[in-house]
Amino acid sequence: MSFYFAQFLTGLSSASSLFLVACGLSLIFGVSRVVNFAHGSFYMLGAYVAYSLVQYVPGSILGFWGSVIAAALIVALVGVVVEILILKRIYNAPELYQLVATFGVVLVMQDAILLVFGGEDQFGPRAPGLDGVVRIFGEPIPEYDLLLIALGPIVLCGLWLLLNRTRWGVLVRAATLDREMVASLGVNQSWLFTTVFFLGSFLAGLGGALQVPRVSINLLMDLSIIAEAFVVVVIGGMGSIPGAFIAALLIGELNAFGVLVLPQATIVLAFVVMAVVLILRPYGLLGKPETLAHSAGQVELPIRPASTLAKSVAGLLLVGLVIMPFLAGEFAIVLATDVLIFALFAASLHFIMSNGGMVSFGHAAYFGLGAYGAAFVIKYAGGSMEIALLAAPLMAAAGALVFGWFCVRLSGVYMAMLTLAAAQIVWSTAFQWQDLTGGDDGLLGIWPSEWAKSKTAYYYLALVLCGGSILAMRRIIFSPFGYTLRGGRDNPNRTESIGINLRQHQWAGFVMAGMFAGIAGGVYVFSKGSIFPDEAAIPRSVDALVMVLLGGVQTLSGPVVGAGVFRLLEDEISRLDYWRAILGVIIISIVVIAPEGIAGFIRKIAMKAGFEHGEEASS
Amino acid sequence: MSQSVLSVRNLSKSFGGLKAVSDVSFDLVKGELLAMIGPNGAGKTTCFNMLNGQLKADAGQVMLNGESILGFSPRKVWRKGVGRTFQITATYASMTVRENVQMALISHHRRTWDIWRPASGQHVEEAMDLLALVGMKEQAERAAAILAYGDLKRLELAIALAHAPELLLMDEPTAGMAPKERVRLMQLTADIVAERNISVLFTEHDMDVVFAHAHRIMVLNRGELIASGSVDEVRNDARVQEVYLGGGTLFEGQAHG
Repeated sequence: MSFYFAQFLTGLSSASSLFLVACGLSLIFGVSRVVNFAHGSFYMLGAYVAYSLVQYVPGSILGFWGSVIAAALIVALVGVVVEILILKRIYNAPELYQLVATFGVVLVMQDAILLVFGGEDQFGPRAPGLDGVVRIFGEPIPEYDLLLIALGPIVLCGLWLLLNRTRWGVLVRAATLDREMVASLGVNQSWLFTTVFFLGSFLAGLGGALQVPRVSINLLMDLSIIAEAFVVVVIGGMGSIPGAFIAALLIGELNAFGVLVLPQATIVLAFVVMAVVLILRPYGLLGKPETLAHSAGQVELPIRPASTLAKSVAGLLLVGLVIMPFLAGEFAIVLATDVLIFALFAASLHFIMSNGGMVSFGHAAYFGLGAYGAAFVIKYAGGSMEIALLAAPLMAAAGALVFGWFCVRLSGVYMAMLTLAAAQIVWSTAFQWQDLTGGDDGLLGIWPSEWAKSKTAYYYLALVLCGGSILAMRRIIFSPFGYTLRGGRDNPNRTESIGINLRQHQWAGFVMAGMFAGIAGGVYVFSKGSIFPDEAAIPRSVDALVMVLLGGVQTLSGPVVGAGVFRLLEDEISRLDYWRAILGVIIISIVVIAPEGIAGFIRKIAMKAGFEHGEEASS
Repeated sequence: MSQSVLSVRNLSKSFGGLKAVSDVSFDLVKGELLAMIGPNGAGKTTCFNMLNGQLKADAGQVMLNGESILGFSPRKVWRKGVGRTFQITATYASMTVRENVQMALISHHRRTWDIWRPASGQHVEEAMDLLALVGMKEQAERAAAILAYGDLKRLELAIALAHAPELLLMDEPTAGMAPKERVRLMQLTADIVAERNISVLFTEHDMDVVFAHAHRIMVLNRGELIASGSVDEVRNDARVQEVYLGGGTLFEGQAHG
């Protein structure tokens, strides 16, 4: 009994830590409608800064607690800089752009922290005065945990007072309900957003700083906390602070006790809880239906079959791809194979996201499932490459069938978060199920059949499979089914009121996209000869988003162009030190400077020159 | 009395303590244009949303040709032959005018699962006929996103007619339009429904439109049906005049004009 009580207390203390991070995220989302991926980076930064202040400030002028507070303040200032430099420019952009931009910040922060603090794991000192243990029912409980347990409710009360008893709080709550209204009442919104960001980042920094005596500080903290914080915020209801608190308790306890039952897969439990909550209450425990913030998004033009010019360009490209191996060296052929694979991966995301309006932040799950599915056939069933390449889309489609059932019940950011959590499950399963997947060591030695062994032969195989899939998807986009998905994106009410079961179509679309991503994953695994859990991780999902964005969300040829540019770019810069930061800066620049992407930009020029038929959307 | 297409009995809905619609009963016969009027907050749209399946009723009965449709989802109600236009137009912004109508036709012909043949080639003639009917043929290839509001209303009408409905629910069909255009659109609607023998239930704030086109009028106030009858009966009803106290002059003016 006493053991369970101790476990319960452990759950409470991790709930408090989680709450600190999640409530800042929720606060920022509530007011600015931005899902801030970089929130986890602020948390990590808080930990590193606090650690350094404690370790290296001479004479310990600040002391432990002074260092914690100072670290949180420094993080808050960094947050304000990020808000002013980047987020202010994209508050009206679609959520996809915002999320990708904040992921750019994640990349920059990772390298910045690496540069300043070094890459080794750090272990902080115990908190002075709280370094002992207390015996409760005979079980040792760290004193520091008791402090954290108390801190959660204290912060909750503090925030409640701030939001309900101050003028600033009234404005924040008003902006959460209707920011257009608040703006038209003459409130300086810009200032309000910055202060909210200050507070949110402060809380993230505080959360991170307080972890110093508890856990090792490393460069993976950002993404692992952000996935958990997303789960908490979604369960609690986006924008609801008390909701975040309840959800943090739920997840904290779930982790504490889940570890006893399913030590390898606590994230699976968290996902199940999240899925159940979202089915019963689609907007989270204490959340309210999203007020449709009609962002000043561009009016989308009707899609048209390719013009003669576009067809000839595509034809030339195809001819170029076919004769390429005769002209280029092996390195170029390998790179081109990569581009084909990622073009298909990006196109499969574009298929549901741009055409269907279903924003998936976890598309790598299906790429990874396809890759593992193919690898399993080779490793465990003794099958051939041909069978493995059939298994890849099947495995991915099966995954999409399960996760999609939950995901299409939601829309907008909620759906995005759920897809992300689903991808985390796939990733953590691949990472932790050592016997099956080899864990971090991956599965090696997965090579093509004899006839496809040469780089050139494999390139042609990839060209047929990926090119064929991309063309098939394009065909579907123009079909009644594709139009139905697009109609659902444009206006779900209209779609239901002309007798269409939208959710069923969306589910099917989700499965198709997963299947095509699975083909990409299958082709990928044989081109590399191995598969690692990273292929299903968050950065891989973001790669797909960036490729789509780079090419232009609203352009059908966008993902292909985006994948080409992205892959070549990555190939160039990944040889440099701090390439992540460079990539991050590029991502942020695209979102801020050229939101229509490369293909969108070319189309705009072509339309101006009169090559493409199309109507300029006035108004 | 001729066969009623829609038969509503004791329809009720409360939001918390507020009785939005209480005990509303009426019949709609074939080919009839029935107007539902009443001040803002009278419960008109709530009524519509229950008939259409978007809102769950607390109590009551809704029969379409003798079959209960209460509690059906909007898409099932549509399949039963009920079309609807919205107070705020709902069209597909990223499609052309023609494609908007084609979508409704594709759904009607149950072709939404087709993943191969191009959508823009489906039911083109039917779509163009419908567009011609509402006077939108010339604009068929324009993007719906750039239409004028009155044209969007016409497009919605064409969409609502795509599955050859028996009953049309039109929530403020002329809201947000210029006075002259209102009369024209309503005249168009009246002609089409007369020709096709469709029954129409519509809400409207513009009394010009109501008095000119409705065959019968129902008046809702605070969720209750307070009067119903021919245009003249309703116009001379003391309770109705009381409800429309502010609009009394309008009533007088109409009576003489």
